Amino acid sequence: MSEGTGEAPSEGVRPIRGVVLAHGTMAQGMVDAIHRIAGVGEEALVALSNEGKGPDQILRELSDVCGDGPAVIFTDLFTGSCALSARKACIQGDRRRVVFGANLPMLLDFVFHREDPLDELVPRLVEKGREAVQSAPSAG
Amino acid sequence: MSIVLFRIDERLVHGQVVIGWGNHLKPKRYLVVDDELAASEWEQELYLLGLPEGTEALFLTVAETVGRFEELSGDEPATVLLTRDLATMARLARGGTLTEARVNIGGIHHSPGREQVLGYVYLDDDDREILRGLADSVEAVFAQDLPASPRVSATQLLG
Repeated sequence: MSEGTGEAPSEGVRPIRGVVLAHGTMAQGMVDAIHRIAGVGEEALVALSNEGKGPDQILRELSDVCGDGPAVIFTDLFTGSCALSARKACIQGDRRRVVFGANLPMLLDFVFHREDPLDELVPRLVEKGREAVQSAPSAG
Repeated sequence: MSIVLFRIDERLVHGQVVIGWGNHLKPKRYLVVDDELAASEWEQELYLLGLPEGTEALFLTVAETVGRFEELSGDEPATVLLTRDLATMARLARGGTLTEARVNIGGIHHSPGREQVLGYVYLDDDDREILRGLADSVEAVFAQDLPASPRVSATQLLG
């Protein structure tokens, strides 16, 4: 596992690309926030919206941004057009994964661990995302 | 009639349909009419993941739907009928099956040759021709992505 320094991945390991696919402008907002907090660029995480697009177009755009390397597609919901297209994009081959219910803590963890094996990284991201959903104790 | 919504939407079973319209109309069944999907079990499974609790889905071909229309449109359960394009709804409407239907257009998205008519409706010449024919075969056709959105008539869509 990498040390989470945020430095550029070392030579020989192909870093995983992240794609946030969500409704409206949500993906762009989340990716902007990650870029500002972590100082990473589009090589690490890109945004894709389903706005005004049919399933075929979403799938084409997903394939384009994922490329032929390893990728994790983060969606806002477990179901719906984004989730469906993401699942379809992962049907062939073993180099892509989908994580539903994206949040910023999960994405932050992702951008600092892009050299980890997909099978280790994805359960970790799910756990990070779940851990981050908390409520504050009552003031009274 | 148990069919509470006839909808043309490329995304078929998705958020606007099951959440936006689903909370409004409380359907118990989603009837997806699509020849390709009716023959693809793995794709059906993907769509089934999006169903709200307490609802079911049927995936039928156009021919199956026409043959069973009386039964499918009986008193219950409340049903949302979905096609992914204008042509499929027009095939369903042939022969007078949908004369009492008010058909909702919820999503025909951009593809090469199509021009934007609304934020969620893009049409090319073939689409317009099919839309004209469909409008003559049913009670009404209108675009409305969500229950609270304004309705846009077929006449307005055709400009």
